[in-house]
Amino acid sequence: MKAVTGHRLFWPAAVLVVMLLANVVVTPGFFSVQVRNGHLYGSLVDILLLGSPLMLIALGMTVVIATGGIDLSVGAVVAISGALACYLISGQQDQGAVTGVLVAVALALALSAVLGFWNGLLVARVGLQPIIATLILMVAGRGVAQLITSGKNINVNSPPYKLIGGGYWLTLPFAVIVVAVVVALTGLAVRRTALGMLLEAIGGNAEASRLVGIRSRRLIVLAYTFCGLCAGIAGLMISSNISTADGNNAGLWMELDAILAVVIGGTALTGGRFTLAGTILGALVIQTLSTTIYTTGVPSQVTLVFKAVVVAIVCLIQSPAFRAKVFRRRARPEAPPPAAPAAADVEVNA
Amino acid sequence: MTTLGLKGPVRIRREHAAVLVTFGLLVAMFAAGSIVYPAFGSAQVVVDLFIDNGFLLVIAIGMTFVILTGGIDLSVGAVAALSGMLCAFLLGQWHWPVAVVLPLVLLVGVGFGFGMGYVIHHFEIQPFIATLAGMFLARGLCFVISVDQISITHPFFTEWAQTRIPLGEETNVTPTVLIGLVVFAAAFWTLHYTRFGRAVYAIGGNDQSALLMGLPVARTRIRAYMVSGLCSALGGILFAFYTISASGLHEVGTELDAIAAVVIGGTLLTGGSGYVVGTVLGVMLLGTIQTILRFQGTLSSWWTRIAIGVLLLLFILLQRLLGSSRTRR
Amino acid sequence: MPGAVLEMIGVSKGFPGVRALADVDFRLFPGEIHALMGENGAGKSTLIKVLTGVHSADAGEVRLGGERVTVTGPQHAQSLGISTVYQEVNLCPNLTVAENVFIGREPSKAGAIRWREIRRRAAELLTRFGVDVDPGARLGTCSLAIQQLVAIVRAVDISAKVLILDEPTSSLDRDEVEQLFTVMRRLRDDGVAILFVSHFLDQVYEVSDRMTVLRNGALVGEYETARLSRIDLVGHMTGRTLSTLEQLHVRDETARVQAEPVLKADGVGRRGAIAPFDLEIHPGEVVGLAGLLGSGRTEAARLMFGADLADSGTVALGGASVPLRSPNAAIQHGVAFCPENRKSEGLIEDLTVGENIVLALQAANGWLRPLSQARRQELVGRYMTALRITPADPDMPARNLSGGNQQKVLLARWLITQPKLLILDEPTRGIDVGAKAEIQKLVVSLAEDGVAVLFVSAELEEVLRISHKIEILRDRRLIAEIGDTGSVTPEGILEIIANGTTS
Repeated sequence: MKAVTGHRLFWPAAVLVVMLLANVVVTPGFFSVQVRNGHLYGSLVDILLLGSPLMLIALGMTVVIATGGIDLSVGAVVAISGALACYLISGQQDQGAVTGVLVAVALALALSAVLGFWNGLLVARVGLQPIIATLILMVAGRGVAQLITSGKNINVNSPPYKLIGGGYWLTLPFAVIVVAVVVALTGLAVRRTALGMLLEAIGGNAEASRLVGIRSRRLIVLAYTFCGLCAGIAGLMISSNISTADGNNAGLWMELDAILAVVIGGTALTGGRFTLAGTILGALVIQTLSTTIYTTGVPSQVTLVFKAVVVAIVCLIQSPAFRAKVFRRRARPEAPPPAAPAAADVEVNA
Repeated sequence: MTTLGLKGPVRIRREHAAVLVTFGLLVAMFAAGSIVYPAFGSAQVVVDLFIDNGFLLVIAIGMTFVILTGGIDLSVGAVAALSGMLCAFLLGQWHWPVAVVLPLVLLVGVGFGFGMGYVIHHFEIQPFIATLAGMFLARGLCFVISVDQISITHPFFTEWAQTRIPLGEETNVTPTVLIGLVVFAAAFWTLHYTRFGRAVYAIGGNDQSALLMGLPVARTRIRAYMVSGLCSALGGILFAFYTISASGLHEVGTELDAIAAVVIGGTLLTGGSGYVVGTVLGVMLLGTIQTILRFQGTLSSWWTRIAIGVLLLLFILLQRLLGSSRTRR
Repeated sequence: MPGAVLEMIGVSKGFPGVRALADVDFRLFPGEIHALMGENGAGKSTLIKVLTGVHSADAGEVRLGGERVTVTGPQHAQSLGISTVYQEVNLCPNLTVAENVFIGREPSKAGAIRWREIRRRAAELLTRFGVDVDPGARLGTCSLAIQQLVAIVRAVDISAKVLILDEPTSSLDRDEVEQLFTVMRRLRDDGVAILFVSHFLDQVYEVSDRMTVLRNGALVGEYETARLSRIDLVGHMTGRTLSTLEQLHVRDETARVQAEPVLKADGVGRRGAIAPFDLEIHPGEVVGLAGLLGSGRTEAARLMFGADLADSGTVALGGASVPLRSPNAAIQHGVAFCPENRKSEGLIEDLTVGENIVLALQAANGWLRPLSQARRQELVGRYMTALRITPADPDMPARNLSGGNQQKVLLARWLITQPKLLILDEPTRGIDVGAKAEIQKLVVSLAEDGVAVLFVSAELEEVLRISHKIEILRDRRLIAEIGDTGSVTPEGILEIIANGTTS
């Protein structure tokens, strides 16, 4: 049913629209987009540009969460990826050489994918809980990033590298184009092949998936690898945007923002049905929130308070226990035990 | 500090294995350190471990309660930072008396714990999400108070920071160490000699069974988060004593260190098994790694993080191995 | 006879669309072991849940020691002296045996738990009940039997009037069962009233003094075990009289044996689930697995698909020995399996009906070779029509379908893969009559097309009607094979189930 898809995206879209409108009230010129020096300028463009890394990370996170997992290490991977790329570029004679930058980018992305693969192995092969498995890299990852940068911020001066996170191409920010391409490719890979359905099956019911013959392990490893890769690209963007690799602070708390974006987008943390479009909307909501707070002059760090409120509200609304206790839409005779009568719990998620 | 002389319910060999491994590792590191660096073996180095990591010890002990119930608390670092900020602000700006500020700050920590525990238990929100919101909130509130670092000039704090309690001829400790030890003793007693403590273990073992056995599951789980909140607040105060300053960026990543210390100390992340003694050893092990790196001089601090990550991996795999006898289809 | 310690008078309990208990009387006397008997859906578990306060009765009353009581929940039941020990032991595996006995009510002095006292008292209790276990051992390291005994010790120490044991023996081996029975008899001699639920007839006859039989939520009767023959008991449980003793035909070898068997199991078994058994299924043959609830039907079927790992024996598929380490291995050899538990093991409720239908085929193809949209629509449409799945909307979430239609979706899922062997575990349970008949018809026509079917069902008529060969299970053993189903009646099969030897 098309109506269901509409419903799934309705709330995140509505929140985004309300936030944008609120901005227009505060800043009348908020929606204006101009072309200056052949580049698009404007608050909306800024939101897209600044939100690009988050959109990518959240995209990877969505796929992992669909399998019923979670990846806490994306922030660390962001730092490592940026660190490696900048380290390699800074060591080159000519930092502006395109081939050199391409090699650096390729190696950084390869390493990110390997790190994701490692997470996937711990989850699918060793059988660790996803939170625990990815916690290891979350802890060690920043150390690795600082190891690469020798604890210092590595500054690079490389126009080709700058393009990734701060440059423009065809009047558009290059990062936004990258995000659009990755999202489109992921959408195709997920919905034009059977990948999306199988991932949803694994997250929706792992035992039934096993009994239907789905090779869950490979797919789970694939999901984590993809998530690592996305975090790697985001890491390149962040370091490229400021032409600096900061092993300590790059991607700090990004994993939490990404999870938040996924949840706001309407994908349940328990796995199963997922929506890439919702996640993108969720990421934009978070970025708009940050931008809004920034333009109102409140210290940007205070955004965290608002994020806390958003997390709380979204999670509570998604919690069946909360809805049952607070709204009491249907009076149930007693708390349903694990084995509830089969036919009774038909509920359409509106 | 021996794990074998404990009385009480502590009789299970397999659960001891992880603690013993940690202890062995600690001894081995110390021995190696002492051989390579003669100054390493002094009592003051051991005491310094406690001085430098007293706040982490207190926070990790609180975390132990939560992890034993099968939960996790990501808010500890943020709550600790908020406690420091509150101290600095209330003492420095509003000039409230210390006797009011400190209890109030501790109460705020307990309040945070209660809120998160309530939401986790009654609304069935995943612990890491609920405590994540708590972390955002606490960090954000720090920055609401001030986005800059505030130094604390209150005489109570500055004097405390300089107080040394002599311990033999060349060794002395800070009051923080004593507080850490008191917290440890209290936690040990609570976990092993009170019904609340045993219920913490029972919930971590199987919360459905605990419920059917008539244990107060809701109260116990919420209290565990309250203990963690209290310990975080106390840890934040101790950190403020240590640095005589407060900042919204203090103790970033402390939650990871605390979790790592608890896991390296042999507590199962899935709950139900572990000891505070292990947590103490875990914190000391983390501290020892840092000390060795400091003595070594050329190896940089980021190796600490990597070493912690590797240890975490090893201990998680060890737990997996020890726990793999649980049959599953 | 002394007065009943526990009495239920005219108790009724209904759920939407089901009458779980209808005007049931029940009495439990001190110092007896009382078996509660009945087939699946007879109302046993509802009765226990009413007794323990999990459900409240719609009508009737419960009397404890002659006084009318309203039990409000398990805690309340326990405080009244009614304790329950379930098959799934509700204790904490990470705590010691002693602590499990005393947790929540630890003896303490000045707020401190007195561990020495706990260990001493636990040791005393365990010795008194003849349970040979170190009170300091961690419960999780003990055998299931010991864990159950510890649960019983705890329950009895808290309150010792009525003890309900809900299928305590399901996963115990013979010696462990004996150990449990010893403790049960000791408790009985101490005056405890024990309500015992078990699917194992032998055990019921071995240990119980009296029994109450339920069928379809209604009371059939209360009997003294010694005076009720097994045939009569099975008759009461299933609602059939066994007046005619049919002559059983030994297996008719001429039927379909000429073809190579699709599946040949040789000594396949799994400890605690099903004793090693042999089985052959030929193309176009419907083999029925019959037996009472808990007889090992499902367990046997799961082994044939690799859903569980066998710990003995070999399975040959299409003539070649195949190690069934995962369902994948079986699926590759053309085996399909519809599990008993539709919701938790079959359907993926998040996905749409259409997605659920193509899932097995897609899983076999791998994610890189998706079915084309047209092919998918064609397949889904064809099977939804053929199986008459309603509503005929392939984009609807599968969770919204009725039970019968969900079952058809699972069938469609496997039929698309054109399996050589289809294993159906209770495919008609809990679905309406029309859908049931359709599924039975489908099985028959599949067999005519050469598909081999392993059909598990609790309903004997159904098994008889569509099977060419019936395997009879009892107490987790395959005890008989009937080759010529034309000359057997349901009563004949019950006869075997009741009297069959378990050697």
